[in-house]
Amino acid sequence: MVSLRDFNTDTLPTWCKGCGNFAILSAIKMALAQRDIAPHEILLVTGVGCGSKLPHYMRSTGFHTLHGRTLAVATGARLANHDLPVMAVHGDGDSFNEGMNHFVQTVRRNVNLVDVVQDNRIYGLTKGQYSPTSEKGKRTPTSPRGSIERPVNPPALAMTLGATFVSRGYSGELQHLAWLIGEALEHPGYALVDVMQPCVTWNRSYAYSFYKDRVYKLQDQEGYDAADREAAWEKAQEWGERIPIGIIYRDASVPSYEAQVPALEAGPLVKQPLGTLAPEQVEALRAEIM
Amino acid sequence: MSNNEMTIRIGGEAGMGLESSGAGFSKALTRGGLYVFGLPDYYSRIRGGHNFFSIRVSPEPLVSHAEPVHLVLALDVETIRRHVDDLVPGGAVVYDEGEEVPEELQRSEIGFFPVPLTKLAEEKGGRAIMRNTVAFGVATGLMGFDPTYLDSVIRDNFAPKGQKVIDANLRVAEAGVEAAQAFQDDFPFHVEAVPDAPSRMILNGNEAFALGALAGGCRFVATYPMTPGSPVLHWFAARADEYGAVIKHTESEIGAINMAIGAGFQGARAMCPTSGGGFSLMVEALGLAGITEVPVVIYNAQRPGPATGLPTRTEQADMLFMMHASQGEFPRFLLAPGTIEDAFRVGWQAFNLADRYQTPTLVMSDHYLAASYRTVEADALDFDAVEIDRGALLTEDDLDDLEEPYQRYKVTESGVSPRATPGHPNAIWVSTANEHDEFGAVSEDAQNRIAQADKRMRKKEGMRQEVESAGWSPALYGPEEAEVTFVCWGSTYGPLREAVERLNAEEAGRANMLHFTALHPFPTEAKPALKRAKRTIVVEGNVTGQLETLIRARTGLSVDGSIRKYDGRAFSPEYIVADPAVADLFEEV
Repeated sequence: MVSLRDFNTDTLPTWCKGCGNFAILSAIKMALAQRDIAPHEILLVTGVGCGSKLPHYMRSTGFHTLHGRTLAVATGARLANHDLPVMAVHGDGDSFNEGMNHFVQTVRRNVNLVDVVQDNRIYGLTKGQYSPTSEKGKRTPTSPRGSIERPVNPPALAMTLGATFVSRGYSGELQHLAWLIGEALEHPGYALVDVMQPCVTWNRSYAYSFYKDRVYKLQDQEGYDAADREAAWEKAQEWGERIPIGIIYRDASVPSYEAQVPALEAGPLVKQPLGTLAPEQVEALRAEIM
Repeated sequence: MSNNEMTIRIGGEAGMGLESSGAGFSKALTRGGLYVFGLPDYYSRIRGGHNFFSIRVSPEPLVSHAEPVHLVLALDVETIRRHVDDLVPGGAVVYDEGEEVPEELQRSEIGFFPVPLTKLAEEKGGRAIMRNTVAFGVATGLMGFDPTYLDSVIRDNFAPKGQKVIDANLRVAEAGVEAAQAFQDDFPFHVEAVPDAPSRMILNGNEAFALGALAGGCRFVATYPMTPGSPVLHWFAARADEYGAVIKHTESEIGAINMAIGAGFQGARAMCPTSGGGFSLMVEALGLAGITEVPVVIYNAQRPGPATGLPTRTEQADMLFMMHASQGEFPRFLLAPGTIEDAFRVGWQAFNLADRYQTPTLVMSDHYLAASYRTVEADALDFDAVEIDRGALLTEDDLDDLEEPYQRYKVTESGVSPRATPGHPNAIWVSTANEHDEFGAVSEDAQNRIAQADKRMRKKEGMRQEVESAGWSPALYGPEEAEVTFVCWGSTYGPLREAVERLNAEEAGRANMLHFTALHPFPTEAKPALKRAKRTIVVEGNVTGQLETLIRARTGLSVDGSIRKYDGRAFSPEYIVADPAVADLFEEV
């Protein structure tokens, strides 16, 4: 059995005291341990940002890549080895600014991976600039008079792109978040876990106190059906006095991208034998040009 | 060179099927025992405009196109207007008898052969688009070529469309051959089939590179379409299922290279074929591959820039960019094959080099090499020589035996660290775009930085030796001693080689040439080779003299002259020989 301890390392996180990333890190370890996934049985792909340093703070195989390119690298990794589960972990700037195109494409392709977005609605590592999920009017070093842009709503955006698993978590609800990530791991396609996460240093608008009384769990709602697209669309847009967390939408019937690539029917690409061409293959290729 | 060679040029609007029919006719000539060099020339548009396809054909091997044209197949009057003065005396224009040839285009030394191209296409084939086949039938008749070879290609090419389409095309071609009879006595150029010649192949540089890549184990191709590199993706896409390759038409070149890196990290042999604009978008991720030491191959079929430039034309102006592109420094290979044979060889070797040195291998062709068809001998693509060497890639057994904690970036003498792929309990590590220690952990320690930067750069020693052992040091063509030594890289090989042959045919010992396939690492043998030359002239397709700059930077030597071309068109042997830098030289002699 895999235990939480298997994921421990000596490296101490560089995150601020009280940062939501600690809970996200714990939740990922818990979800993996609960699902009996060992450190070598998962590939973490991250981008650039405070949260993207996460693979260094737990024992697992990881690829800490470029800002915004997380999902492109993760897609390549999946296409090359679809036996190995892939979890992308990156911030809201990485996901929805620098990486927005990859987000859109990855969702509509339904690449089978877990996409954990550390959504603190601010830029942390570059010191407090407004992010694509910051509210309009946010005053930051790059928006001294208040930002003019309206924020992205990740769950709603994912819905419009045909996402097959849309969820929202909260770093203040550790057990719930671990459960959510576990469910996302089980999903046979793209799974968004948009994690509301306070940034204690740069974003006072979304502190623990903001979320505390607003957050409620969808699974506690009598009769909420995550398979109901209309209901999900409504919940995806609920933001204000009440903020739902949990699985907003789930449809496990859509095949993943990897499952539809003919070359992968014979198994993961990197596990198929790689040798020089057989004589009859060479003859066939020559015949084409003779 | 042979005196019974000729060049046939078919011209018309985009959408008239010039390239596909030109390629088909080139294949027929090849099957008839002849050598072909086929050069497409087209504009960036889908319909209209003026496109043409030139087919140089000879019983002797060809390495280049040539400028004189002997027969123009004009599918519109614009073709006559543009090409009548490229014809040699005695040459001819075949045009649709429904068209009027304006008086100002008539030439006394040129034959004008009206043929009912459209009418025959419609009557015999049912479709006006088949005019190109009528025209090639006429060419077959005029040059005295055996039409059964044309028929055989029609049968093969149209087989997927069924017997009715095959028969229609055969009738159309036959009608063209018959129509030629009326003009045969007025056309002095004949190139007949060589029926007992050995079987040969005809292909372009993109196909040769793609064949090499497939043979070399490339099983992941990701890119965004961009002329003239996209045919490599098309080629792989058409064969992906059969050969077990994953191909991905991505959202952008940024997506492409990052996917290739993700696949490469997992252990797949991955590549991104593109052109200069696409490569520009890949640059940040190139640095990622450099610092995380993930093997990846990038193929840039160059076209003239900056920005969109001349999208369907040729230039050699990305060399220094590709050599230096990246934030920061890391070792890389930069290779520029000069011929079809070379493109195939580099195609498979690139993947071995990337794996052995765990670093990007960049390959440059250009529109001229990528899109031009050339007949080569049946054994010119040496499949038997192909080997797949994964370098220091740890196998499952190696990983089972691993006793110490795995160090992905272990400092070694060669600079190459044993490489694991994800998924084994004995090799758990994080690769990062940050500077890192031997285990992969982010580190800003000064001594560690030096150790890792030095480790990566130490690979260059082995890489230099690879350049030498591959025979890219650079390659000498022609006599050991010559009045002038031409220096070139990439696709200029063909036209320059023929220019050298022509100069030496006039007087032995006039010229030889040095061709660079490897530009980075710069071959150590280049300096002595350049020093041995009496007089050096660099021939390259760019404005600023990039190879010349590189030679000065790497050897401290300056060259004696240069011939540069940046009008979007390839060098021809005639262009090189007529350049004042050459012509004046041999007038003095």
